[in-house]
Amino acid sequence: MTMAAAGISSGLAGIVGPANVVADPVQLSTYRIGEHVPKVAVQPGSDREVAETLRLAAAEKLALVPVGSRTKLGMNIPVRRYDLALDMARLDRVVAYDPDDLTLSVEPGIPLHKLAGVLAEHRQFLPLAVPFLRRTTVGGTIASGVDSPLRQFYGTARDYVLGMEFVTGDGKIVKSGGRVVKNVSGYDLHKLMIGSLGSLGVITKVNFRTFPLPPSTRAFVAFFDSPLRAIEMRQRVAQSALRPLTIEVLSPRAGELVSGSVASTIEPGQMPEDALARGRWTFVASYAGTDKVVERYDQELRRMAGVVDSVSLGEGAASVALARVREFVAIALESSPATVVIKMSVVPARLGELLDDAASVAAKLELPFAAMARGVGVIYIALLPSARDEDSCSRAGSAVPNLRDICLRREGNFAVLRWPAEWKRATPAHETNRSDLELMRKLKNVFDPGAVFAPDPLASWT
Amino acid sequence: MDSRLLHDLKKLLGAHGVLHEPEDLLLYEYDGSVEVARPDCVVFPESTADVVEIVRLANRHHVPLVGRGAGTGLSGGALAREGGIITSFARMNRILEIDAENQRARVQPGVVNADLSLAVAHTGLHFAPDPSSQKACTIGGNVSENSGGPHTLAYGVTTSHVLALEAVLPTGESVHLGSSAVDPPGYDLLGVFVGSEGTFGLVTEITVRLTRLPEAVKTLLAIYNSIDDATETVAEITARGITPAACEMMDGWTIRAVEDYVHAGFPLDAAAILLIEVDGLREVAEAEAEAVADVCRQHHARSVRLARDAAERDLLWKGRKNAFGAVGRISPSYYTQDGVIPRTKLPATLQRIGEISRKCNLAIGNVFHAGDGNLHPIILFDERNQQQFQDAVRAADEIIEFCIEVGGSITGEHGVGMEKDRLMPLLFSEADLDLMKRVRSIFNPEGLLNPGKIFPTSKGCGEIYVRPPRPASAPST
Repeated sequence: MTMAAAGISSGLAGIVGPANVVADPVQLSTYRIGEHVPKVAVQPGSDREVAETLRLAAAEKLALVPVGSRTKLGMNIPVRRYDLALDMARLDRVVAYDPDDLTLSVEPGIPLHKLAGVLAEHRQFLPLAVPFLRRTTVGGTIASGVDSPLRQFYGTARDYVLGMEFVTGDGKIVKSGGRVVKNVSGYDLHKLMIGSLGSLGVITKVNFRTFPLPPSTRAFVAFFDSPLRAIEMRQRVAQSALRPLTIEVLSPRAGELVSGSVASTIEPGQMPEDALARGRWTFVASYAGTDKVVERYDQELRRMAGVVDSVSLGEGAASVALARVREFVAIALESSPATVVIKMSVVPARLGELLDDAASVAAKLELPFAAMARGVGVIYIALLPSARDEDSCSRAGSAVPNLRDICLRREGNFAVLRWPAEWKRATPAHETNRSDLELMRKLKNVFDPGAVFAPDPLASWT
Repeated sequence: MDSRLLHDLKKLLGAHGVLHEPEDLLLYEYDGSVEVARPDCVVFPESTADVVEIVRLANRHHVPLVGRGAGTGLSGGALAREGGIITSFARMNRILEIDAENQRARVQPGVVNADLSLAVAHTGLHFAPDPSSQKACTIGGNVSENSGGPHTLAYGVTTSHVLALEAVLPTGESVHLGSSAVDPPGYDLLGVFVGSEGTFGLVTEITVRLTRLPEAVKTLLAIYNSIDDATETVAEITARGITPAACEMMDGWTIRAVEDYVHAGFPLDAAAILLIEVDGLREVAEAEAEAVADVCRQHHARSVRLARDAAERDLLWKGRKNAFGAVGRISPSYYTQDGVIPRTKLPATLQRIGEISRKCNLAIGNVFHAGDGNLHPIILFDERNQQQFQDAVRAADEIIEFCIEVGGSITGEHGVGMEKDRLMPLLFSEADLDLMKRVRSIFNPEGLLNPGKIFPTSKGCGEIYVRPPRPASAPST
């Protein structure tokens, strides 16, 4: 027996309080995922309220999506049904911060930029320079598994998340890990939550290791004729003693995008117009330290770049340029009426040839193409058709399997992060045929036995 | 054990691939901890296919299986608590591939940790996790225990250096987790597998990340007349935002034990020393070494010495890494703990350990990874004296309880194994442990693999205490 819609709303109001139930259609539309708009959204104020909401959802067979500030709901969250949005905005406290121990415990709804302010007072930070930084929350960043350019130096969230509390689909409040920087007690279940898209549990607390804020960050930019040359530069840096904070390579169009007017609305600030865009492949690395250290980076990078055009950016310009590069995906989404975003990863030495092949695939199909590669071996590709029409859809639809092939041929990982919702044509989201798929299905079932969580990252796998 | 199973194992691996005589099994009753458990037999597979067949046989006869590397573990992880077959990876010890360009290596689980770093040294790379037992311990064991080591302060523990692995599950199924390229799709099964203490699967192949050796390394030895000054130095280094590559502390008692054995040049009258290493670009290492030396002097270090060359540095590290061996020479038995605390609580914790030592009337030495708050108090006792033994266990428990009280953990790098299973409820609720068990059952549904580990056994708390410990030889940590 399930309650009628009104009954569900009042049941939810009983849990979170009537003021924290959203039923207004206009407001609800901001929770949209593709064609799905939830019937109701709730904003719990504690982990207990999260647990009770999940139990009610399970009893009523509601499909639920935990959300933060909703910046990435357009990124193909794989849902079949979507009845209820669990909005974590009210769970936004800093639970504990011990600056002298460099450890931090926060609730998921706290916006990253707000948290950055708290940490900056103690000259500390989290190396999560992720897209949508001005709006995104800690919970959304961790659950989406979105990466940061700073991973070049600091690693990814799985390297500095020390522990978590979360609520599983059956409404149980659980934790793993702890709040100390070294810990091997029990299984690292919190690692499973990173990048799980809210399909395994609702994160209610995240414990981090924090880092000393590096002194003034600078950037070195060099322009190459081909992706192969730009990635060779990356290889030279990797084989040197230098340890830059970030290394990215932008395609010519990506360089223009992050320098253009759309970019300046997303991430304002002044930098020289041609700092990142000179019609060639742009190599950008950043580094920080004393004057002596920065000087050494400048000199060695210039020597490694050789005769090509290059420029060292001072603190102000570097900070704007790096912010623009950080926002590449956000900028690409705004730069076409039907942006397709693809993420690939390969071992670093293959980045150049993969970028080269990907550019050729797009050129053959006459699809505007922008790419940003990270030195650790990740490529974000944006296909930027000029219209949403059937022709663009069909060309993008042909590009995706080709891109997938050139990636898998190099033993890479491939995922379509965004496919315009208006285009119904199904695309293969993931590599298939993995020996661990069955284990992942069982895992989903252990965390979410009643299938309360709507996102199912494995749905499109065969 | 069942003679048919023994026959089948010999048929599969040859007579040289199976040990089952009591005198042969003796060695496999132990690891580096104080625990003891005897297996029914030990087998030595040489390939993944062998491992698959061993697992199938164990299933057919319903006999427990336990994986084992070099047996240097410190929590009984590689002991056959409920008997059965120990699968030793001693003969699966090949480095399969070195890809210097991409800073990766593919190895079999029996490769010795230090051997991998040696094998890639000519490329300017190394395998960063460096447990003190690195000259003996295997990478398979490191993966199972998520091992640490002094330099994991800056470089991260094993899990940050494993990209992919192949494992045979207790169902006989062989799976690949992770990928050589970063960010594999789907759930991070690799992340939860590393550190699962051999309860998920038998690892048969590992792809690791290799790290570039730093351009410059500076090793400082700071000598103190007071323990508090040393611990406050560590807290201040952390608070100033300096992350040394390593930051190790030894108290006076341990210094004297070590010096007598290793002759590393530690002063015999000191109350404590800090061994601090900074590395990176020449300019960075120099500036940080100066900053660290400054903090040491401000906290009344009576001398701060910079190792002049690699030989002197190696000697200092030899002193540190042989600390436990040194203790083994002077005490009939000892019990090493592995608690973790927030670094700000270091001074208070060492004071508390001092109190516990006086109260229990047992010597407790301290040698530990100060930079990440990972303590290794060494409690000395004579196992022939039942009262002392019980006092030692009580002292260890009180130390761990204090760690938990100040927000820490029961184990930083040694693992839970069969040593601390009973302590897990102090950290985790029933719901936490239940979810962990259900995750284990995905990999290990029948509980055939490494039973009796990590989770409290139903036999109750007293059981572990009545088992007499063996005299500790020289485990290292």
